[in-house]
Amino acid sequence: MLDRIGLKRGDEVHIADASLELHAGSMNVLLGPTLSGKTTLMRLMAGLDRPTSGRLVEDGRDVTGLGVKHRSVAMVYQQFVNYPTLSVYENIASPLRVQGLPKAEIESRVARAAKLMRLEPMLKRTPAQLSGGQQQRTALARALVKQAKLVLLDEPLANLDYKLREELREELPRIFAETGAILVYATTEPAEALLLRGSTATLREGRITQVGPSAALYREPGNLDAARVFSDPPLNELALTVSNGVAALADGSRLPGDGALGALPDGAATLGFRADAAAAAVAVGGDGRDPSHPAFPGTVAVTEISGSESFVHIATDAGLGTLVCLVEGVHAFEPGDRAEARLDLARAFAFGADGRRIAARPAAAPRREPVPA
Amino acid sequence: MSASAISAPLATSGTREARAARGPKGRTIGMALYMLFLFVPVYWLVNASFKTNADILSGLSLWPQHPTLENYSKIFADPDWHSAFTNSILMVVINTVISVSVALPAAYAFSRYRFVGDKPLFFWLLSNLMAPPAVYALPFFNLYSATGLFDSIWAVALAHCLFNVPLAVWILEGFISGVPREIDETAEIDGYSFPRFFVKIFLPLIANGIGVAAFFCFMFSWVEQLLATTLTTVNAKPIAGMMSRAYSAAGLDWGLLAAAGTLTMIPGAIVIWFVRNHIAKGFALGRV
Repeated sequence: MLDRIGLKRGDEVHIADASLELHAGSMNVLLGPTLSGKTTLMRLMAGLDRPTSGRLVEDGRDVTGLGVKHRSVAMVYQQFVNYPTLSVYENIASPLRVQGLPKAEIESRVARAAKLMRLEPMLKRTPAQLSGGQQQRTALARALVKQAKLVLLDEPLANLDYKLREELREELPRIFAETGAILVYATTEPAEALLLRGSTATLREGRITQVGPSAALYREPGNLDAARVFSDPPLNELALTVSNGVAALADGSRLPGDGALGALPDGAATLGFRADAAAAAVAVGGDGRDPSHPAFPGTVAVTEISGSESFVHIATDAGLGTLVCLVEGVHAFEPGDRAEARLDLARAFAFGADGRRIAARPAAAPRREPVPA
Repeated sequence: MSASAISAPLATSGTREARAARGPKGRTIGMALYMLFLFVPVYWLVNASFKTNADILSGLSLWPQHPTLENYSKIFADPDWHSAFTNSILMVVINTVISVSVALPAAYAFSRYRFVGDKPLFFWLLSNLMAPPAVYALPFFNLYSATGLFDSIWAVALAHCLFNVPLAVWILEGFISGVPREIDETAEIDGYSFPRFFVKIFLPLIANGIGVAAFFCFMFSWVEQLLATTLTTVNAKPIAGMMSRAYSAAGLDWGLLAAAGTLTMIPGAIVIWFVRNHIAKGFALGRV
């Protein structure tokens, strides 16, 4: 359990009042962009760094000042960190050797971890003779074999190739769950947080912005920061000015008072929506438009095609910035083409001036479930 | 006219080909000349060591006219020369061991920790190398006379630390900084105690650096003459001291000096032979 953990270096605040409760056998994702403090928070949890404020409690025991040596922690870094001069076997066995376990026990544990990580044929090699994926699996096996209570994985799959990443992402939670450890997994990718299930804490600039079950947090971000972090491609944002309950955009055009928009207090606000709440369409003019789907005409700037779907970036004519829209399938939107972004207001989020979400819209189930079951 | 116009490009292409052909050959010749210049003094020394004094003084000769082993047998028969060699080697080995083992923790601290004045201190260490040894000869003489260390192997071994510790710290710091900090942390997470981590994990990682540092300490100490002769008289006289005895009132014993000089080169050559792979790797990885 983390109780209002803080870390300051000089005047620089690295982590501010982070509180988290982690349970044995649970999967916890730290989601945030680079430099948001994920690694720092993990180092504090491990005891590699000492917090300047707050407490770290483990099973009711205060372990705040306790060095990492005296804790039951395993950690895997984004870079593949192994002992270059030792063989893969010795690398995996290393924490057990230090614990002074009997030889037979070490052998059986290493053999099991090596089997799970599919490292059996490589045990006699040194890390330098392995591929990147094998090196990282060695590091993971070392973390696994220790059977630590707290396992910290700091973007462990970020430097791996796509296929291996998918495989390990499937297997890792299962493998570590068997040991009953608290698993903490840092990542920059929203999709990874969703795939790992468990609960997610979003981080921004050293602050935990929201904590909750991953899927629910994705569906209902509580504030602008959490929504920004939990969106890939980046969240589309439109600045609003609300007066007398009517929301107007920066160019003066008014939006219908649907959903959350009707409940906004007067003043400045932000309308945020993910790419999947906006559809790109060839500009058709004013006819046949759905009032709950305001359209923003513009010019296509970029189209990212991923196969089953395309992200179309539309630079709006009204000077509202570039909006990213999702289109299923491969579409022939070329840069320079005229197109319009049609916003599904029912799936947009409204945030007040303080960044808090104004959740007034009825909790209609999203049309397209982005979370794999 | 037309003939010359045609022949002109032909001629240029001809010279270009010639130049291309000469390229690698020219390089080989240049290299050979360079090696020749490097080895002439060495050859001259070895050559002289097999000559008699009369031979050496009689004029230019590329090889011994009357080859003799007399110079070497004089050295091998004289217990003073034996002890001089032993003294020199002991001084240098002791110094190298002290320098490297003192420099290792220091270099680790400079590389891994931030502390008040770390950077100025690091630079100050290097500035020790900038002063000529003569500056330190007198204070050392005075200090060692007072403490009774004078004319002992330790006197020279310790005096040379003044130059070799900073050098070793400087070299090792580069190598240690090349080892990711995460390895230290991983070992800590695994539960290693610091000494165990340092010996079992860390030292093998910087073995090349230790090799390079030891090599430089050995070489600096081996060729340093001024402090070595100033701080010793009889008991701990090093080779350099013995050699200065070879020019006596009776004149210079050229052959003896040459033989001693040749023998002096052997330990250095042996050290280089043993660390040659480390040095090659070391120069590529660390900073020197």
